[in-house]
Amino acid sequence: MSLTNEQIQTRLTEKFGEQVSAFSAPYGMLTFEAPKELNLKVLQFLYDDETLRFQFLTDLQAVHYPDNKGKELAVVYHLHNLVDNVRIRFKVFTDINTPDIFTATQLYSSANWMERETYDFFGVNFLGHPNLKRILNVDEMDYFPMRKEFPLEDQTRVDKDDEMFGRGGSVN
Amino acid sequence: MSRPVQFNITPKPVDYNGHISVVDAPEGHMGEGFFATKLSEVVGLARKNSIWPLPFATSCCGIEFMATAAAHYDLGRFGSERMAFTPRQCDLIMVMGTISKKMGPVLKQVYLQMAEPRWVMAVGACASSGGIFDTYSVLQGIDQVIPVDVYVPGCPPRPEAILDGLMKVQELVGQESLRRRNSDHYQKLLDSYGIQ
Amino acid sequence: MSDVQNILLPEGSIEKQSTTLNLGPTHPATHGVFQNILEMDGERILSSESTVGYIHRAFEKLAERRPLYQVTPITDRLNYCSSPINNIGWHLTCEKLLGIKTPKRVDYLRVIIMELARISDHLICNSIVGVDTGAFTGFVYVMEYRELIYEIYEEICGSRLTTNIGRIGGFERNFTLVAWQKLEKFLKEYPRVLKEFENLFTRNRIFIDRTKGCGPISGERALNYGFTGPNLRAAGVDYDVRVHTPYSSYEDFNFTVPVGSTGDTYDRYLVRNEEMWQSLSIIEQAYQKIQDMKGAEAEVYHANVPEYYLPEKKDVYTSMEALIWHFKIIMGEVEMPKGEVYNSVEGANGELGYYFISDGGRTPYRLHFRRPCFIYYQAFEELVKGSMLSDAIVVMSSLNLIAGELDA
Repeated sequence: MSLTNEQIQTRLTEKFGEQVSAFSAPYGMLTFEAPKELNLKVLQFLYDDETLRFQFLTDLQAVHYPDNKGKELAVVYHLHNLVDNVRIRFKVFTDINTPDIFTATQLYSSANWMERETYDFFGVNFLGHPNLKRILNVDEMDYFPMRKEFPLEDQTRVDKDDEMFGRGGSVN
Repeated sequence: MSRPVQFNITPKPVDYNGHISVVDAPEGHMGEGFFATKLSEVVGLARKNSIWPLPFATSCCGIEFMATAAAHYDLGRFGSERMAFTPRQCDLIMVMGTISKKMGPVLKQVYLQMAEPRWVMAVGACASSGGIFDTYSVLQGIDQVIPVDVYVPGCPPRPEAILDGLMKVQELVGQESLRRRNSDHYQKLLDSYGIQ
Repeated sequence: MSDVQNILLPEGSIEKQSTTLNLGPTHPATHGVFQNILEMDGERILSSESTVGYIHRAFEKLAERRPLYQVTPITDRLNYCSSPINNIGWHLTCEKLLGIKTPKRVDYLRVIIMELARISDHLICNSIVGVDTGAFTGFVYVMEYRELIYEIYEEICGSRLTTNIGRIGGFERNFTLVAWQKLEKFLKEYPRVLKEFENLFTRNRIFIDRTKGCGPISGERALNYGFTGPNLRAAGVDYDVRVHTPYSSYEDFNFTVPVGSTGDTYDRYLVRNEEMWQSLSIIEQAYQKIQDMKGAEAEVYHANVPEYYLPEKKDVYTSMEALIWHFKIIMGEVEMPKGEVYNSVEGANGELGYYFISDGGRTPYRLHFRRPCFIYYQAFEELVKGSMLSDAIVVMSSLNLIAGELDA
């Protein structure tokens, strides 16, 4: 018997009650969110439960919503149940001033570098991570480039004129 | 819909025993048992036909370099048979691929380890000017850190374009004056990059 | 420490200390720029620490600036040895978001291109494993046949390596007669070449000694590390996205998924080799299916979605709707539904995923690439602990680490 989105939703609400919320299924993938203190408990439950068995972490990354005050950074986990071939998406939201989330490296070793990448781009601080340093950018960088307020281009370059690209400002 | 098109209609037979191309001797005065010519021409002739490249391949252009070095577009017939993978023993550094800001100091250190005379070829749009990656993490052209002799544009450049770049380097090497590396002009160029 | 040699040496002598070796970003044996700092006792590796990011090009931030059809060239540069798979994966993601259904012929054409790309990538990986064990002949022999694949791409899209092939909804033009002729030439000549390449390596005593037992990993550890693709299948887990969630009509094809047992380098080589044979069989089946299509169905090369697929130029000059659609598509002002979608395809290295959040604007709000190389490179330390330096090099090349996909 294959696992359907309704069965997963019932199991989750049985275990966690009102704390898991915002169930939706865009393009067929069940998506829900939980408060950030519970992220490890939810992941552990999804891993251990005999019917759910979400034992493969496909992807872990973050999204920055500058307009949701108090819930600006969302960390998104994509999990995959290889036996029944079901995927789900699990989001936790956090405030941008205290972006502390518990790390998932105890459960999934693949979360190690994915969390470092999320820290590097968005500044999400993973509590308990063995080695939380920058991974893709230069170590001396002091800002988190993927946040919406920072521009794509390097502002100190002299050979390209932003005005030619329609972005205002000019290099004399 | 389309007219029947054929390719390779008149294949040319392979010339197995034929013409091995030999480099022409430079102009000079020949006599009984001696040949007088300019030293720079002889040295230039020797250097330009045996350039040992250092392939500094970082990304996609590196795969086109592998295709250039393979049997179809052979790089070895220009004298570049030995890919010296160490900067101490090479003449030409071919920088292929995007150089990011993290990689810039590494590239500069490799360039400093090369012995004079040395030439630099920037292969690809990313090495020449940053290419399509006008971002915060990509160096907009390697001439921000090291002086470049030949730029080969393309994304990635076809192997024929890389060979054309190598031929232009050969022209530069063949016509270089022997005093260039010690001249003031060259020292000023290196100083502008902060290289002693 | 190696007890036999060091047993009589005094404490604190230099032979008893471990050395640090920097297998640096520029090294002839690393295929791409990543750094490994190895702590070694003589020839044995005690631990290793990897540094990546030397070719970080900020793809994800770049994608937030570009409308959908302009994101395709940057997906090319992810796994540049098999760039059509990345392109078609991106188009499939956009089609999932926009709700476009492509006709069968387009699916079969896409399958041909993707399997050619897979062959091209596995050829590089296997021949480079050979080069790292000292056998240069295989590489030079096989690169000649990669040139044939490049010629096929060139006929279809104009470019050899970073192809930017296809459009959202299909292809930019029908495959020409020359492209079919080149494909037939490839299908005729390539099996013999692959057989000869196999003969050089598969039962070669030296190759087996160099690669057997080198960097093994068990299925459970591989799953925990997030392995996918040939590396996971060599460890014994048969997970293939083409079979699990078939896309682009893969369910119409008959192929097997090879699975190894120990997950060491020799198994990875064998799995990739067998996958090349399977890809060849899929291309032949797709070619046959396309030849069997007759009439109007045989001329179809894109889905009928004028809102997202550029109309033909002659229509743009004569019909008003075509002009409006052309303008809207080029300026990027098309109807984009709000939503988020995750789509994955079986890249040459594993599950290449695209997580695309759209807020209705002309460019993606957030586009994240799930890059298989980045995720499984974390396991490198565990794979090489306790083995020799030359084994570490062979493991690194058999994992098929492509720097563009590592850093993105």
